[in-house]
Amino acid sequence: MKRSNEPIFWSLFGAGGMLAALIGPALVFITGVGVPFGLFFPPDTMSYAHMLAFSQHWLGKVFLLAVIALFMWHAAHRIAILLHDFGVHAVAPIKFCCYGLAFLGTVIAGYTLLSLGS
Amino acid sequence: MSIQRPYVRSMDGWWKRNAYYVRYMAREVTALFVAAYALVLLVGVVRLSQGEAAFNGWLQALKTPLSLAFHLVVLATFVYHTWSWFNIMPITMPMMFIGGKRVQPGTITRAGLAAAVVACAAVFVIVRGISS
Repeated sequence: MKRSNEPIFWSLFGAGGMLAALIGPALVFITGVGVPFGLFFPPDTMSYAHMLAFSQHWLGKVFLLAVIALFMWHAAHRIAILLHDFGVHAVAPIKFCCYGLAFLGTVIAGYTLLSLGS
Repeated sequence: MSIQRPYVRSMDGWWKRNAYYVRYMAREVTALFVAAYALVLLVGVVRLSQGEAAFNGWLQALKTPLSLAFHLVVLATFVYHTWSWFNIMPITMPMMFIGGKRVQPGTITRAGLAAAVVACAAVFVIVRGISS
């Protein structure tokens, strides 16, 4: 019997869903509301200098890659199933597109973070 | 002789037929907003790598009313994601036993939500600590 690749994608989906559930609301508030509009956080929290330093630390790189990539894999899995729910039954092409976009996002994020140096 | 046509029940709007399906759909649709937010962050990282002027452009875009409205909607869906994620966790995770007794679904949900509150508070404290 051919081995299923489902456990890999489901693990990425689960990890992304868990990360989003645990810290997602805090991240969205900080980057989308708190810092841009100066609520509870100094406006220069995400200044170029701060974010450059953050992205050049290995911990910052791991954090940014984990958030961006896992959120994308999580969303890709659910969107693939959503399309099926709405009557698009070409399962293989749907999965190829959804997981492919998540993969592309992961590669771009990983490459960019590496290019930012340390 | 009559031409027989099989009756195929339409699946249009199937998820509106039952409150359970509506909740299912609401939970799954949050994925669109999770993807959108991940994309905003990805653009931020790419702009960061392109230098200060590019990154400041991204920061300025975050200060527009449209961005605020977008992020408030995203924030609401993330809170709903957190709630629904731990609400279905008793079904999605393997059964857990403590002292020979099965951990009750409500206990798992409450523990997950408590963990999320603690994790969000920790992120707030860490970010404020780093930035000041």
